Amino acid sequence: MIRAVDLHKSFGENEVLKGITSDFYPGKTNLIIGRSGAGKTVLLKLLVGLLTPDVGKVFYGDVDFFGLSKEGRRQIRMSVGMLFQGSALFDSMTVEENIRFPLDMFTNMTRKEKLDRVDECIERVDLKSKVKQIYPSEASGGMQKRIGIARAIVLNPKYLFCDEPNSGLDPKTAIVIDELIHSITRDNQITTVINSHDMNSVMEFGDNIILLYDGNLAWQGNKEEVLDTDNEILQNFIFASPFLQKLRKSFLQG
Amino acid sequence: MNRNILFHFGRYFIMLKTAFARPERWSMYYQEAMRQMNDIGIGSLVIVALISVFIGAVTVVQFAYQLGGTLVPRYYIGYVVRDMTIIEMAPTITCLVLAGKVGSNIAAEIGGMRQKEHIDAMEIMGVNTAAYLVMPKVIAALFVIPLLVCVAAFVGIGGGYIAGVPTGLITADEYIYGMRAFYDSYNVFMMFVKAVVFAFILTSVPAYQGYYVQGGSIELGKASTQAVVYSNILILVADYIIAIIMTL
Ligand SMILES: Nc1ncnc2c1ncn2[C@@H]1O[C@H](COP(=O)(O)OP(=O)(O)OP(=O)(O)O)[C@@H](O)[C@H]1O
Ligand SMILES: [Mg+2]
Repeated sequence: MIRAVDLHKSFGENEVLKGITSDFYPGKTNLIIGRSGAGKTVLLKLLVGLLTPDVGKVFYGDVDFFGLSKEGRRQIRMSVGMLFQGSALFDSMTVEENIRFPLDMFTNMTRKEKLDRVDECIERVDLKSKVKQIYPSEASGGMQKRIGIARAIVLNPKYLFCDEPNSGLDPKTAIVIDELIHSITRDNQITTVINSHDMNSVMEFGDNIILLYDGNLAWQGNKEEVLDTDNEILQNFIFASPFLQKLRKSFLQG
Repeated sequence: MNRNILFHFGRYFIMLKTAFARPERWSMYYQEAMRQMNDIGIGSLVIVALISVFIGAVTVVQFAYQLGGTLVPRYYIGYVVRDMTIIEMAPTITCLVLAGKVGSNIAAEIGGMRQKEHIDAMEIMGVNTAAYLVMPKVIAALFVIPLLVCVAAFVGIGGGYIAGVPTGLITADEYIYGMRAFYDSYNVFMMFVKAVVFAFILTSVPAYQGYYVQGGSIELGKASTQAVVYSNILILVADYIIAIIMTL
């Protein structure tokens, strides 16, 4: 479990987060939603420690992440996987070398064991094994996301972070990627935190949804509760178009 | 402005401190260092040789011109070319050129990785990125650049021969006699000291510029240019300091 306590973050005058407190649960797809610019990426980067909060703490289990030494943080990071908004695959390495990189860096596996593990991960994300020899720039956007996921899970992480895993994908592929992350989360009991503004994934996979608005946590709940809530900010966010608002009204009236 | 310089110096040294930590895995760092040695060493051989030939040639031609009509013996041409090449031309000019070639390359490579979030991705995995991205490059340069400088010195002296002997500015015997006159191996030692110091500057300064780059491609271009400019300035300053200290 990951626990964020009273996280504040400003960039100069721009107060992006004004005290976010929330829990993120294992085996669940924890979604952070909010408008573009709401601070989702900033919150995610605070959780993984790529940014340092002005005030507040992040706990991995019982461990205070920012209270740790460099070495302690590195230990935690070995159990963290992350999928970046732009995939962040190393473009001078082949797909196989990309996925193998964490194994090369951190494990004592033999070459054969590493290759087997890479094959497992490639299979897990439904890629064909012939993509192993291509370079990331030769892969399509959806394939890059899959490769990114494969690399993120290669060390069997306990925590998985995904920044907009389905941005820039067609709706069908987006759902496939969402399902993939969801099933990996469930099967391995990973604590997964996903940034998203895609309504499909909210309604399909939101076990624990957090809405950011104006630097605050505006709403928290699961996908069933989304439909019933009276929270105006959430409604304005989800039922953004007048058409959807009308639809919801008539739905509620039966 | 002054505060700015202090800020950069401070952050530069903090990066170096982080960079020279114990590697997570020696084999990965070794591989990377080998790749860098190839890039920096083999990749720069031709340009270094080319420049050195001309430096040696020009020194001979111009010194012969300066000596014209004086009573200074001709073999002094060989002597001057030798020491000038060893003490100053080979290390300094070679490293100024390498700062342009290797330095801008390092700044662009690391800066690109920063902008494409590759560095963040490695950090998340638990890699000490300052170490993995900086140390192998610096170590590779510390090994390879002194060798390049050595090559530059030989080639420069050869270039002097080519420019002087066939054209009749100096006879082969005089040139070789000059080569061997007043030889002091301390000068060679000075050459290697300079090469090592310059190698450190021209890899670590660009690495710093790339590592902390922000923004987009314009900033990346700027960082790459600054990497070369600052490396060059620091190399010249270091050259002066070494010259003072070692000739006391
Ligand atoms: N490194 C930074 N320096 C300065 N300001 C920043 C930085 N990173 C983010 N911000 C600011 O923080 C705010 C939130 O940005 P963030 O990237 O978290 O938005 P987001 O919710 O992820 O949006 P999107 O859905 O478009 O990705 C923005 O106003 C942005 O300008
Ligand atoms: Mg974002």
